[in-house]
Amino acid sequence: MLTLLFDGIAYGMLLFILAVGLAVTMGLMNFINLAHGAFAMAGGYITVLLMQRAGVPFLACLPLAFLGSALLGAVLERTLYRPLYNKPHLDQVLFSIGLTFMAVAATDYFIGSSQQIIQLPEWLKGRTELGEGAWMLGMGHYRLFIIAVCAALTVALQYVLTKTRFGSRLRASVDDQRVAAGLGINVNIVFLATFAVGSGLAGLGGALGAEVLGLDPTFPLKFMIYFLIVVAVGGTSSITGPLLAALLLGVADVAGKYYIPKLGGFIVYSLMIAILIWRPQGLFVRQGGKS
Amino acid sequence: MHKRVFLNAVALAIASLSSTAVLADGNSFKIGLILPMTGQQASTGRQIEAAARLYMAQNGDTVAGKKIELIVKDDTTVPDMTKRLAQELVVNDKVNVLAGFGITPSALATAPIATQSKTPQVVMAAATSSITEASPYIVRTSFTLPQASVSLADWAPKNGIKKVVTLVSDYGPGIDAEKFFKERLIFNGGQVVESLRVPLRGPDFAPFLQKVRDLKPDALFVFVPSGAGAAVMKQFLERGMDKAGIKLIGTGDITDDDQLNDMGDGALGVVTSHHYSTYHPSAVNKKFVEAFQKANKGMRPNFMAVGGYDGMRVIYEALKVTKGNGGGDALLAAMKGQIFESPRGPMFIDAQTRDVVQNIYLRKVERKDGQLYNVEFDVIKDVKDPGKAR
Repeated sequence: MLTLLFDGIAYGMLLFILAVGLAVTMGLMNFINLAHGAFAMAGGYITVLLMQRAGVPFLACLPLAFLGSALLGAVLERTLYRPLYNKPHLDQVLFSIGLTFMAVAATDYFIGSSQQIIQLPEWLKGRTELGEGAWMLGMGHYRLFIIAVCAALTVALQYVLTKTRFGSRLRASVDDQRVAAGLGINVNIVFLATFAVGSGLAGLGGALGAEVLGLDPTFPLKFMIYFLIVVAVGGTSSITGPLLAALLLGVADVAGKYYIPKLGGFIVYSLMIAILIWRPQGLFVRQGGKS
Repeated sequence: MHKRVFLNAVALAIASLSSTAVLADGNSFKIGLILPMTGQQASTGRQIEAAARLYMAQNGDTVAGKKIELIVKDDTTVPDMTKRLAQELVVNDKVNVLAGFGITPSALATAPIATQSKTPQVVMAAATSSITEASPYIVRTSFTLPQASVSLADWAPKNGIKKVVTLVSDYGPGIDAEKFFKERLIFNGGQVVESLRVPLRGPDFAPFLQKVRDLKPDALFVFVPSGAGAAVMKQFLERGMDKAGIKLIGTGDITDDDQLNDMGDGALGVVTSHHYSTYHPSAVNKKFVEAFQKANKGMRPNFMAVGGYDGMRVIYEALKVTKGNGGGDALLAAMKGQIFESPRGPMFIDAQTRDVVQNIYLRKVERKDGQLYNVEFDVIKDVKDPGKAR
């Protein structure tokens, strides 16, 4: 029981880190970026290649995966994304899905399409068990590590968005670009930084998830649906919404596969339908913001 | 006037060109090799193509006065695509043989085309038992899942494994593996506590494995397609299931030679049943592995490669027997009943079922010469596909 809950939370946390960047770009910047998974994949491959070919230790790879994907995000934002901010949503969707296909094909061409395997350091491989019987809690160290990293990131993000000057600038830029620019906020820089951090987080999620979710060139397509579910269910206006949505989905997915293996992955979709019928705007909606 | 001369010249040139093309056609023998070179099963395609090219390099590209032409097409692991490509190959390229087929749905999608055009279809990878029944023109050189799983179900109860949970990918071959393993195990006095089927595209096995752990069987029987085995293996170890006294057994797909080295020491001691191991101790195999690795930057041939290699051999031999004359039916007749020594050991194409009859080996993962290998420790001779026995 508890083990299941634990696995679900770890899975949910991972989904959250992968999807939070999408929530930010979609909710705050009002841009639909279906290529989000490609940044996650970039982070995953940076980790895999550094570990396999350059022998960099796993822990050192994580910040590098973050920086690498953030840099990639920043460059692409400058060159490709910015002209599209004012275009209709259909254009944005077509553009970003095209980018996803290009990323898939390019990875396939340069690195090959087989599943990549990561060798974790010994101290992350173990498992700790507490209690016994039905209430036994078995924790894989790696999943524990994922939860810790993701929790720390969530707190930091929430702090940055609500308590710092940058956070209020971002919210101001989102609510009304023209007024914010008139007040002397450099909207372009704010958006650039936000996009880069969102991509970086996706990259970090990809690096952390390579072990659990697997990593191959179809990663962006395979998980795009999960990202979109997290964002749709959680609402796009805050950090807490996607967080709770991701945790809910993670736990529901794991528990569903355990108790009703015949339905397998379908539980997630039924849950999404139920929630969206109940609250079409997502679980959490920010009052007063532009929708 | 000038224009007319020019046109005539062009027409003549085209006519002569096309007649040489026809001549070339008469002298060439085309093999349409449809493989998943990209997508989920891309490693299968890579292995088979490399093996087919190796066979041609070793045996020359002229047989019975015909020049062998290999046309490789990528079906991206999508059955609709396989069907379309097969159609194009038959209608436009006029291939003499269709070959390849990475996954069961691809092979089945092509079967009607083989039947209608009377083109032999050599299946080099897909392993669902019923494939050869889909068309009288299908010949298989890989293996069938019932072959491998039944042999394991014979071995297990004799080695203290009575209570088993099965975990298979939810598609044709997985269901075959589950069904035949279960039947044979129960026949041998064993017990299948639970049969789990996982979605083909859902790589997080955690909840399923947790369920297995809570059921506390003696062993977990796994089938997942070639390439996905590493993920199961890692999560099996991460969950500490080996320490909880649960053994991991399965068909050779989970300890795929192509990936085995990357799985790490956790794979040591895993027992599987299969028709081919890179470590198979025979002179033919040693030669094959050496040549394959030399031609492919050290890539290890796996069971897919050997299926492709033997498939090419079956085609070559059929062409020799028919002396380059005769259409699909004559070729097919010459493919049936071939007996030869493959890198996997002796094998034989059953004339009735057009399916492969071969030895199934029981293997254990061990470290040899610094690398991980499936080392064979027992053999069940001449296993016929149990799916055809009834």
